[in-house]
Amino acid sequence: MAKLIFLWLKCLVSCCIVEAVFEDQVGKFDWRQQYVGKIRFSHFDSHVQSSKKVLMATEKNVFAALNTRTGELFWRHVDKTGPEGNIDAFLLHGQDALLVVGNGRLLRSWDISVGGLNWEVVLDSGSFQSACLIGQQDTVKHVAVLKKTVISVHYLSNGHQKWIENLPESENIDYQALYSGGNGEVYVLGIVPHSHIAIVVYSMEDGEIIKQTSVEAPWLSNIQTSCAVVGQGMITCVDSLTMSLYTLDMHTQSKMTQIPLQVCSYTNSKPYTKAELLIISNLNHDLKHCDYLVIYYLGCNTACSLSLFNAETGRRLLDTTQFLSIDPNVGKPESIYVQAFLKKDDSVSYRVLVQTEDHTLTFIHLPGRVMWTREEALSEVVTMEMVELPLTGTQAELEGEFGKKADGLLSMVLKRLSSQLILLQAWVSHLWKLFYDARKPRSQVKNEISIENLSRDEFNLQKMMVMVTASGKLFGIDSKTGSILWKQYLNNVPSNAAFKLMVQRTTAHFPHPPQCTLLIKDKDTGLATLHVFNPIFGKKSHITPPALTQPILQSLMLPLMDQDYAKVLLLIDDQYKVTAFPSSKNVLQQLQETASFIFFYLMDSSQGRLSGYRLRMDLSTEQIWEVIIPTEIQKVVTVKGKRSNEHVHSQGRVMGDRSVLYKYLNPNLLAVVTESTDVHQERSFIGILLIDGVTGRIIHEAVQRKAKGPVHVVHSENWVVYEYWSTKSRRNEFSVIELYEGMELYNSTVFSSLDRPHAPHVLQQSYIFPSAISAMEATLTEKGITSRHLLIGLPSGGILSLPKMFLDPRRPEIVSEQSREENLIPYAPELLIRTEWFINYNQSVSRVRGIHTAPSGLESTCLVVAYGLDIYQTRVYPSKQFDVLKDDYDYMLISSVLFALFFATMISKRLAEVKLLNRAWR
Amino acid sequence: MALPLSSKITIIFSIFTILSTRFVSCNNGRRLNNDPLEAEFNSFSVPLEHSFEVDDVANFEVRGALVLKAGREPSVSLAQQQLSEYDRAKLKEVAAVDGLYRIRVPRVLLQADRQTERLMDGHLTAFVRACAMVESHLSDVITLHTDVAGHLIGVSIVTIPGACRGSEVEDEVDLEAFNTTLSIMAPVNAPGPETALFLERMELETEKKGKNPQEQKSFFAKYWMYIVPLVLFLMMSGAQDPSGGGAGGGAANGGGR
Repeated sequence: MAKLIFLWLKCLVSCCIVEAVFEDQVGKFDWRQQYVGKIRFSHFDSHVQSSKKVLMATEKNVFAALNTRTGELFWRHVDKTGPEGNIDAFLLHGQDALLVVGNGRLLRSWDISVGGLNWEVVLDSGSFQSACLIGQQDTVKHVAVLKKTVISVHYLSNGHQKWIENLPESENIDYQALYSGGNGEVYVLGIVPHSHIAIVVYSMEDGEIIKQTSVEAPWLSNIQTSCAVVGQGMITCVDSLTMSLYTLDMHTQSKMTQIPLQVCSYTNSKPYTKAELLIISNLNHDLKHCDYLVIYYLGCNTACSLSLFNAETGRRLLDTTQFLSIDPNVGKPESIYVQAFLKKDDSVSYRVLVQTEDHTLTFIHLPGRVMWTREEALSEVVTMEMVELPLTGTQAELEGEFGKKADGLLSMVLKRLSSQLILLQAWVSHLWKLFYDARKPRSQVKNEISIENLSRDEFNLQKMMVMVTASGKLFGIDSKTGSILWKQYLNNVPSNAAFKLMVQRTTAHFPHPPQCTLLIKDKDTGLATLHVFNPIFGKKSHITPPALTQPILQSLMLPLMDQDYAKVLLLIDDQYKVTAFPSSKNVLQQLQETASFIFFYLMDSSQGRLSGYRLRMDLSTEQIWEVIIPTEIQKVVTVKGKRSNEHVHSQGRVMGDRSVLYKYLNPNLLAVVTESTDVHQERSFIGILLIDGVTGRIIHEAVQRKAKGPVHVVHSENWVVYEYWSTKSRRNEFSVIELYEGMELYNSTVFSSLDRPHAPHVLQQSYIFPSAISAMEATLTEKGITSRHLLIGLPSGGILSLPKMFLDPRRPEIVSEQSREENLIPYAPELLIRTEWFINYNQSVSRVRGIHTAPSGLESTCLVVAYGLDIYQTRVYPSKQFDVLKDDYDYMLISSVLFALFFATMISKRLAEVKLLNRAWR
Repeated sequence: MALPLSSKITIIFSIFTILSTRFVSCNNGRRLNNDPLEAEFNSFSVPLEHSFEVDDVANFEVRGALVLKAGREPSVSLAQQQLSEYDRAKLKEVAAVDGLYRIRVPRVLLQADRQTERLMDGHLTAFVRACAMVESHLSDVITLHTDVAGHLIGVSIVTIPGACRGSEVEDEVDLEAFNTTLSIMAPVNAPGPETALFLERMELETEKKGKNPQEQKSFFAKYWMYIVPLVLFLMMSGAQDPSGGGAGGGAANGGGR
């Protein structure tokens, strides 16, 4: 019988954790957006006249093709991150795209029509300089790759090497560029900065050096940035100092000719900030008769102009100038890619792909018509928050009625009546809309979400996702549809900034607008600025944040609120002085009252110093504890506290014998993860310290031997889960630590770190996990009743929802009656990945860097956003939808049964009455 | 080597007895360890300092001496004096304004070979509310934490009981001597996945199964009339979603055991 119980228990367990989407639910609650990142190289597909592809290789090591009509992805290839997958060069010839990857390690050829790999060859080592296609009698059959000391030529059809030659050795010549004129010769251009250009000519057939020359060019410092070869061996360089072009025919001339550019037609009093030679060669075949085109743009602060110039004469072509107005919300253009084509009347026209400082891609047709934009900044989301949407106008009206101070009976009655009237009006209009929509076909009824009609839905499932990106652009995205509702570019953000986003006031305090504060900190100097904005509309708040003159060490959000319901933000500078924001009188008074209960910690990982401070009345601080972890043994990599909006519903766990094991729920607990400095696989280790953030007391200290990072940690409730690489067994392992107070609580009413003398019981267990992971987070729900799941982003693109139940140190080795009673799963060393646990079914999310979870109004539902190269939003139901009726719930059946029962009772009652009456008569 | 060492031990032991007898009168029989010769026994002493001021500005004074014994299992003992009359009064005063009672120990390396290498610059500090110290009648628990290499990384102090209830404390009786529980903690080794035990258990189970297959078989034969309706019921309840299939799979796995 025991076996039977066990069996059914297992069944139940597997029942309640299985969750997957139905086929018809695909895309209903989730969406995915794919990005490519900031462009490094881009070419328009000019192979076919009607082609609408633009190919791009990006800083994120992505190679992709976009539709020029819509801006959507045709296909995308995501390579390894870091220098290994770095794309060094991108050449396009007809259907073939050639990429040099990983500092000249690999040469790849792709078929651009479908995005398939033609071939790949491994190149000899050496740092990459340049690559070019080599033509011979109007056909291109080879590709040359120039490295620091070596030049090699490969066949275009299969990648095989034709020949490889060493470059002529010289101390100070830096070989930088390659050129082939299509006559069987390969030109290698080297430079001695501010002196001369060296030209070495190789024979294409056997790699023999034909000619070596040098040309004076004292104004030139770098070929790659300021020169290009056009037409038949014409080197064209731009000198932005003298605003002139230099040209040199490599076949005949030995001296450069200077052509001053005609830029006087552009009249603007503001100084030019950028003058750059953009595109010279690589034009359409149809443009052969106007030999070279130069596109030149002049940037300035408010607008920039683009025009086509003839390279031979330096004359500007008519009707080709266009002005790009610079939106302050977008930043200045960084790079421009031009697709030139001939119109029907043989005049030249072009389309431009503009990449601006905020990594936005805009595709513009000549008269200035924007065809599409892509927000590539979203490929680098740093941090995010989900903010509740505000109430509708009518709801707000009702709220406002209660919010205001009472002013007389009559006016209150009138107010009530008026608000009821407004509600009635809203309801009628809602009914009318329903009726009106019902007549239209389903497909047309698509409510466009705009910033005006944003309002909270019934269960608070729709939220505003405020995303902060590395480029300094903020986005407000509707979580239901994924549409960008507002964007704001902060153009004063340093390139190495660290961001922290905090919600100071939610939408719950109606007359006051919600308020978010973004702390932008320069990582080098530590100087920080605050950007205060309304998360719903993205507008900068009129509240002026305090000026921060000192480097900021720590920021701290207090549960205290000022009279306008904004939470108080404390900023601690390097003098250990505290700045409060907002710093009204009310706040300062509250701070003085509670100063002795405000503790915070500082982590200095370079010295391994973790120290605790207490606030004083005068907003200075005093150090009260200090823990020093010697940096010669181990370095601190992560300090992780608990999330402040987390609720724990049950204080303990009911054991098999009906006693209660109480959880150690210390809200101030910090999990400190260290990695050993010794990286030898036998001696490396990972340290886990659990430290109370108020008292500095080390609650637990454990060492995972023969392990190394990167460590991913989740810290919640009374548990810490971490994942590491075991160097001994060469696999990924999970470990879980749970803390329990024991069978009785010390003080059940309130938790105080200052008064909790007994150390908790620590339980720990480890498991094997069959995959590496890239991000980890725990689900979060409104009241914390729903069981918890861990959301794990895998490098394969899947997001796994692993029940916390499997990571439970109380999983018994040997099954007993009590553990069965408690629903504990018997211990198995390996955690399996079940395919139905993937919450994103086939919607792979590339390079997940973070997962954000937020509670919704429904206890069963948790909103999840995974961000990395892509953004994926969905909902998860860790304990299934216990508080929601299913979509296909049979209302007919239940109501008919109800009615039937009702009538049955009525009839039977009647019958019973008759029977009683009859009996009474008898 | 052994001979001089043992002779040394005897010498030190004799000195030690002399010393302890000397201190008996003023230290209630507790030993105060300032003996430099002790260091050769792989044990050495560092001062434990405390500070409690009405204005909360740290001003550390020696409270006692910690004797640390390095080795495979480091141990620690503490010799400390009573609080003076003045200190007692001050402690009560600090407790009245809800000040802090802080302690600190210097950073040391337990496993070093030479005395000079042991001490590192800097201190480790911890605190407890002064009122808790008073109300617990100076019964505190001090724990020293070390890292894997034997560096002292942190110190913690708690009092038992830890709460401040504002109860009356008598000067002479309750605040006379410290009642300290002292321990030193090295990091515990976190367990890895228990594959060996699991495999052993699996083997045992299969062995058991092999021994009496009849009992196993008769189990299903006996209870099939309960199992079939249950399976049917489960299938019915979970018919719409794939959980039915999962349940079946789970059952199959369970049956295999």
